[in-house]
Amino acid sequence: MTTDTALSNTSRAAGEHDPVVDELRSRFGAEAFTLQPTLTGMPVVWVAREQLLEVLQFLRSLARPYVMLYDLHGIDERLRVHREEQPPADFTVFYQLMSFDRNSDLMLKVALHEADLRLPTITGIFPNANWYEREVFDMFGIDFAGHPHLTRVLMPPTWNGHPLRKDYPARATEFDPYTLTMEGQDKEQEALRFDPESWGMQRHSEETDFMFLNLGPNHPSAHGVFRVVLQLDGEEVVDCVPDIGYHHRGAEKMAERQSWHSYIPYTDRIDYTGGVMNNFPYVMAVEKLAGITVTPRAQMIRVMMAEMFRINSHLLFLGTYLQDLGAMTPVFYTFSDRQKAYNVIEAVTGFRMHPAWFRIGGVAHDLPQGWDRLVREFIDWMNPRLDEYERAMMDNSLVRERTVDVAAFSTQNAFDWGVTGPNLRATGYQYDLRKARPYSGYEQFDFDVPVGTNGDAFDRGMMRLEEMRQSVRIIKQCLENMPGGDYKADHPLTTPPPREKMLKHIETLITHFLQVSWGPVLKPNESFQMIEATKGLNSYYLTSDGNTMSYRTRIRTPSYPHLQHIPSVMNGGFVPDLIAHLGSIDFVMADVDR
Amino acid sequence: MSWLTPDVLVPIVLAILKALVILLCAVLGGAILTVVERRLLGLWQDRYGPNRVGPFGSMQLIADMLKIFFKEDWVPHFADRKLFSLAPVIAFSSLLLSFMIIPVTPNWGVADMNIGILFFFAMAGVNVYAVLFAGYASANKYALLGAMRASAQTLSYEVFMGLSVMGCVALAGSFEMRDIVNAQEGFWFVIPQFFGFCTFLVAGVAVTHRHPFDQPEAEQELADGYHIEYSSMKFGLFFIGEYVGVVLISALIATLFFGGWHGPWLPGIVWFLLKTGLFVMLFVLLRASIPRPRYDRVMQFGWKFCLPLTLINLLVTGALILLNAPASS
Repeated sequence: MTTDTALSNTSRAAGEHDPVVDELRSRFGAEAFTLQPTLTGMPVVWVAREQLLEVLQFLRSLARPYVMLYDLHGIDERLRVHREEQPPADFTVFYQLMSFDRNSDLMLKVALHEADLRLPTITGIFPNANWYEREVFDMFGIDFAGHPHLTRVLMPPTWNGHPLRKDYPARATEFDPYTLTMEGQDKEQEALRFDPESWGMQRHSEETDFMFLNLGPNHPSAHGVFRVVLQLDGEEVVDCVPDIGYHHRGAEKMAERQSWHSYIPYTDRIDYTGGVMNNFPYVMAVEKLAGITVTPRAQMIRVMMAEMFRINSHLLFLGTYLQDLGAMTPVFYTFSDRQKAYNVIEAVTGFRMHPAWFRIGGVAHDLPQGWDRLVREFIDWMNPRLDEYERAMMDNSLVRERTVDVAAFSTQNAFDWGVTGPNLRATGYQYDLRKARPYSGYEQFDFDVPVGTNGDAFDRGMMRLEEMRQSVRIIKQCLENMPGGDYKADHPLTTPPPREKMLKHIETLITHFLQVSWGPVLKPNESFQMIEATKGLNSYYLTSDGNTMSYRTRIRTPSYPHLQHIPSVMNGGFVPDLIAHLGSIDFVMADVDR
Repeated sequence: MSWLTPDVLVPIVLAILKALVILLCAVLGGAILTVVERRLLGLWQDRYGPNRVGPFGSMQLIADMLKIFFKEDWVPHFADRKLFSLAPVIAFSSLLLSFMIIPVTPNWGVADMNIGILFFFAMAGVNVYAVLFAGYASANKYALLGAMRASAQTLSYEVFMGLSVMGCVALAGSFEMRDIVNAQEGFWFVIPQFFGFCTFLVAGVAVTHRHPFDQPEAEQELADGYHIEYSSMKFGLFFIGEYVGVVLISALIATLFFGGWHGPWLPGIVWFLLKTGLFVMLFVLLRASIPRPRYDRVMQFGWKFCLPLTLINLLVTGALILLNAPASS
């Protein structure tokens, strides 16, 4: 029943006619690649392991090059039933590259066999592959030959097993009860001790003995459980090593045992300051798999609420950013503004931080009566406040002294390290996904994309302030142009189906029951959706194996590469500069570790 | 013991009593300030601040004291116990002792020493040891960084702090505080010594490690710096010590530049308290309103701006005094 209708949507081999495929074939021969038809909207190309480095080099040096390694991760293919038009593989590693000149993506996949889980490292071509390869090693046990420091990145160094493998249990009940002995505790603590030599760092130079300082995982300016080990000469940061994984909850693994519908609340907790912004790429990717077209009203409601959360997240950023610079007061002001935003969010969604309010095919309910008054009040309140922040803080000479030219990086450096979102735009490169690849009706809105000039901590602060103004503009346009109609698509896979229908219609009632108890069944395919989230580009890459649950959910978050990027801009600064930089990145650890 | 006549005893007892009252007021003032600051910050930050205990939060102080007394007095096993315990004592007592030199009213005050203001500088110098010992004895890297910052900052700022009041000393012709206040009967020294006042205020903020010169503590950077390992009453002594320092610097500014007890209509004590209170509030307002500059900029500001300014100020003051002095044979 549900499956039949799900199967009715046509498998569209999107991106098959992308010119890059011809470029690749003319260089390496038509036989070198297998093209996999997917719903991801980009060409998915299988490459032989031996050719991988060559192909990546070629793509990087094309006339309009693929400059950014956007994502790199793996899939355990061993239990996957539907693998039509794909080469045989036990494990797959995929490389997603982004070209800004072409405004398009390309996914390369490499098939690996259980007996021989090895790949060459690509850190020489894309430096940000470093952490991604470590994560693939951590999660799947795939070896990357030549990697400078192939250790676990998310799991503790003492961990056994590779969690994202299909034979690794997902539930705590499948494990023996956890015990921790004194020896075990000592062993764990010892494993966390920082060993500079293993990172190629020196304990002494000719003149000085360096001090190694653990900043975090519990430090007021680490914005959560983030640890960065500093090699200090006096107060000068000679080198630093970020250490993550303290906030890892296995969100990607959990997606493999939750129904497509019941996973939505988990997404809220990825970037926990982003609220429904996290539901956005997930539900859109699921809708691509299901073939649902969302109604204009639902689209605009989604945009409005996502922008509310963008403002909310940026307000949190602004308060904590200024607090990291030592200004004590602004955070109290931004929190009272956030309360105003929450008044609207609470009235509309019934929840504050994690509303889990988007649904497959629409949103949970229609806008409540009087929503327009609430939104208007919020807009009227917000604009003067933003001017006040600019006057009182961003124009303050001490703020400028602390942030101008601090931790500045170029656009090229941002590309190399996978830096996206406001941090990329601060370097002067205008790339906002809402403009470049409009989704959910963003093309109808009139708003500007602010760009910076120096890519320093000050510009990154100003970016957010300016973006809040633009978000207010977008919300205002939503308010004035909210279309009528349904808040959920009329489609058999809309989950849960519209309640009004369900109460009168036995067929919809059965669908409702099945979708809520088992979950909707989606046709086997792969889909992908990227959005301009609060902190940068966030995307969900979903693999369906024709089941009620996802076979593999890859969540690419912006904060992860932003943290990996820190050493490349920090070395040589002072401790207060590092704090200013940490404040200006705008990361949350949940978004890093997932 | 024949000299122990009432004529001798009464002034001694009176002096001791006065000293005790001033001591108590200083300590209590510092303690009350912990609550007043939070209420004032609340006012300026669009929130309430502590207002639950007693009417308008007036009993908050007692609650805080009770809490801090009952906290476990923990000394980390890796710390140097003796220095670790000595540091808060120095921090608390050195600035408290300086209250000795402040003349509150024409007849009140603990001691009129002829070295006067120099005694305060000596005590402020001793105060550095508190931070240094705390940072060193804690055997904690953050504490060490904090202590490093504190000693460098305090030393550099004390250089021109001393020089900044020398104008007042020259105008009054005496180091003794009472003489300096008496010399301001006609006009307050803030007018001829405006630059001296500015630099003394800056140095005063720096010496008490108050925001924006709280580099040694810098919560966002060093996670409280030199007193990171302290708990219970040892921390309490650092904490109250800081506020005693705030009251002291405010009282010194009132005395040196704003004529101490001088003022029309009201009694001297009220004027003195009003002026002191005003500067205490200025300290809190500073904390509420501005971000923290970077540590090396603070040092640059001290050496490259404040020090030359005080030197020029002193030279000009000296020249003017010489010009106006009656020509001697």
